[in-house]
Amino acid sequence: MTAGDAYAAVMARRDEIVRRSVGIDYSVYRIGSLAFDYERLLADTGYDVETVAAIQEGTAVGHTPLVELERLTRLVRTTAPAGKGARIFVKDEAANPSGSFKDRRASLSVHEARERGFAGVAAATSGNYGAAIASQAAKAGLRCVVVQEAFDSAGIAQPEIAEKTRACEAYGAEVLRLSVGPELFYVFLRVLEETGFFNASLYTPYSILGIETLGFELARELLARTGRFPDVVVATHAGGGNVTGTARGLAAAGAVETQIVAASVDLSGLHMASDRDFNRKSFTTGHTGFSLPFTTWPDRADVPRNAARALRYMDRFVTVTQGEVFYATQALAQLEGMERGPAGNTSLAAALALARELDEDRTLVVQETEYTGAGKHPMAQLALARRMGIRIARGDPAASRPGESIIIPERLDQVRCVDVDLDGVRHSYLRNALAAAPAGTRLEEADVAFLAAETHTTPDTVQEMIDARHASTR
Amino acid sequence: MASGGDARRVARGTWVELHRVVLPPGERAPKLPEETRRVPLELRVRGFLIADASPGESAEVRTAAGRRQRGTLDRVLPPYEHGFGPPVPELMEVGEELRAILRGEESER
Repeated sequence: MTAGDAYAAVMARRDEIVRRSVGIDYSVYRIGSLAFDYERLLADTGYDVETVAAIQEGTAVGHTPLVELERLTRLVRTTAPAGKGARIFVKDEAANPSGSFKDRRASLSVHEARERGFAGVAAATSGNYGAAIASQAAKAGLRCVVVQEAFDSAGIAQPEIAEKTRACEAYGAEVLRLSVGPELFYVFLRVLEETGFFNASLYTPYSILGIETLGFELARELLARTGRFPDVVVATHAGGGNVTGTARGLAAAGAVETQIVAASVDLSGLHMASDRDFNRKSFTTGHTGFSLPFTTWPDRADVPRNAARALRYMDRFVTVTQGEVFYATQALAQLEGMERGPAGNTSLAAALALARELDEDRTLVVQETEYTGAGKHPMAQLALARRMGIRIARGDPAASRPGESIIIPERLDQVRCVDVDLDGVRHSYLRNALAAAPAGTRLEEADVAFLAAETHTTPDTVQEMIDARHASTR
Repeated sequence: MASGGDARRVARGTWVELHRVVLPPGERAPKLPEETRRVPLELRVRGFLIADASPGESAEVRTAAGRRQRGTLDRVLPPYEHGFGPPVPELMEVGEELRAILRGEESER
């Protein structure tokens, strides 16, 4: 390794490497003292939702079935007060070419890479996105490198990620499998430098615009089926792209009243950079280890300005436990004949609880499923959990502790959502945004308007939050 | 170089897995949890062996993306070992329980 390849040296070149590999000069979008023009960043790509849909049709992405889960709805109503129990639908995104909604994100990134004349694409991802980018690259005739965090220092692979390794290799990608640590980003930067490939980051405008078709389709389909837009859409939430793109697509279709609920698996207490904790979690995505840090500060991503900004769009943010998601996964397989997930069923678990609160004539859409298979399955995850000494039992999932126990509900009414305090999240976001601004920054009107959009509040509320912060730090 | 004499010799063109240390413990990122900081950042990559080599030796592969990667030759024709594992009793009961609820609901209709 030469001195130029050392960790600090590569990280110091980060901005330059990213600018070349994404082809976006993010600095031109700066407005005010800390704000940037988010809408213009997206609009300047030149893609609207209809153009994206046409591109995706070219690679068989999208137009997935919207399935009414009649038996699960009936089941929920047995535990709901009279007149309650919304109709539950699911968008069967597993029907996409590589088996998840991530094909939507990958399709536009690969299209853009090809248009710009890149010889290949690279992505840092341990999840479905790797398979998606490899699949889309294969169809576009581009080369592909995927960098994964895949195994712990004892060499034990996370079974779900092992399956993603296999899928990426099946589509003809090179897979760099790493042990645990945030230096995955360092390895990824070196790959970008060595190859000159397009950075198919999960957080570019392309990746987010690619998802808008999902929200757009489901809004149109539900309108055609029921005469109304969905009342509630639940999205599994990790880095923020799923919530952001879906919400924007719903709005583009005219479904502006639909309530957006973000749902994550509760992995509180487990450290995402811990070699020990790595194989003590049964979910590799859709969990709070990603969703909380990314909601409270999106710009921690591998691009300077993250196009996934979930806090702008969510009306509610809930968590469910690992055991509840496995329970929902079984229910979907055995009552609806759809073996999917498990990680994608995070929003389904939340939906089983949310539907109970809603009137019978309301509709709730779970906006994705993902493919299942070896490794990527409750059985494989629970087998690993047992091997790692985690207690697995039936009971009340509220008593479970991530990394120590997984409790499969004994009854449907034990499936609950726990609300994340959104005001607390907004305060955390604001603290992070102000901390990232240069010292002595004076907020301009554009900054306050930006922060209001970022926190899904008003300029007055932002001013009140800032004043409250000053009062408490005095 | 032994020709045919070394049973462990792997022929060029064979699909293999290489291993290398990317960052030894002292050169890792700052602010890592202790259990991560004290172990190296390791990398594993698969490809077609460019020249004959023996396990444990330094070797080079051509990857699926057409790139050359170096490392210690670790595994030959590395299998995919992930699967489903044994049935999980705690999960197996769920389907029957839920179906029984729906049957009960149907009989009340």
